[in-house]
Amino acid sequence: MNPELQGREFAPTAPYLVGREKVREFARAVFATNPINVDVDAARAAGHADIVAPPTFAVVVQEHTLAQLLAEPDAGIDFTRVVHGDQRFTSTRPIVAGDELTATLTVSSVKTLGAHSMVTAESVITDAGGAHVVTAISTLVVRGDD
Amino acid sequence: MPETVAAPAAPDFDALAVGDIVAEREFHLTRDSLVRYAGASGDFNPIHYRDDVAASVGLPGVLAHGMLTMGLAVQPVVDWAGDPARVADYQVRFTRPVVVDPETGADVSVTAKVGQLDAEARAVRVDLTVSFEGATVLGKAQVRVVLA
Repeated sequence: MNPELQGREFAPTAPYLVGREKVREFARAVFATNPINVDVDAARAAGHADIVAPPTFAVVVQEHTLAQLLAEPDAGIDFTRVVHGDQRFTSTRPIVAGDELTATLTVSSVKTLGAHSMVTAESVITDAGGAHVVTAISTLVVRGDD
Repeated sequence: MPETVAAPAAPDFDALAVGDIVAEREFHLTRDSLVRYAGASGDFNPIHYRDDVAASVGLPGVLAHGMLTMGLAVQPVVDWAGDPARVADYQVRFTRPVVVDPETGADVSVTAKVGQLDAEARAVRVDLTVSFEGATVLGKAQVRVVLA
């Protein structure tokens, strides 16, 4: 992997409109049972504008930034050798249906451990007004030749 | 009178102690669960649904997406907290894969315990133990829940 990736900031992704049915689909896929994830009345009664996405929903938006990273011509990342090391979501506010989200990726670190490389990718996700919603941080391990 | 839906009550912060188990749940994963998650998340890596591809890269079988395990493991905490919006931070380390058998699936168990209390922020660090076949599959799985 190219160590010069460290510190690189990518162009913001195209706005992603969070659809109500997409939130419901994702909620079902992660076995969510809280009505605020799927029922508009329950969400509004709790003070939200619309149904609230599960805590890991930001991965759907983050996925677009990881695609940017893997497609970077000089990155030297072989997708078939990538293993997910760790993941974190740090939120300012929850994602709700109707949000229009944009993600900006920065490669915060690139480390080499023997034959393996570790890349930490930080995606800052903001809403249509430019306010911070959630930061998604992934560490990817790229296995070297065995 | 119109029917109203009440806002969910938050757990009582002052009644919590470090070490309290706040939630426990068992999840049964099947290959259908993986296909459903692939579609919902957009992660179509074939190691999560094709035995031949999984075998060709040296895996013991088709694996659950790490992000599926992460996504379901927080759900007992969401239900305990009452509102998914109370989850402010969530992190995990992926330490062991969950192999999903085509016929019998896989059983994943989650135990959520109070790890730390921040009285000023009225925030709880909930530590998750997530196990498959008797071994933990997530490390440093921590959820910060704000009850203010």
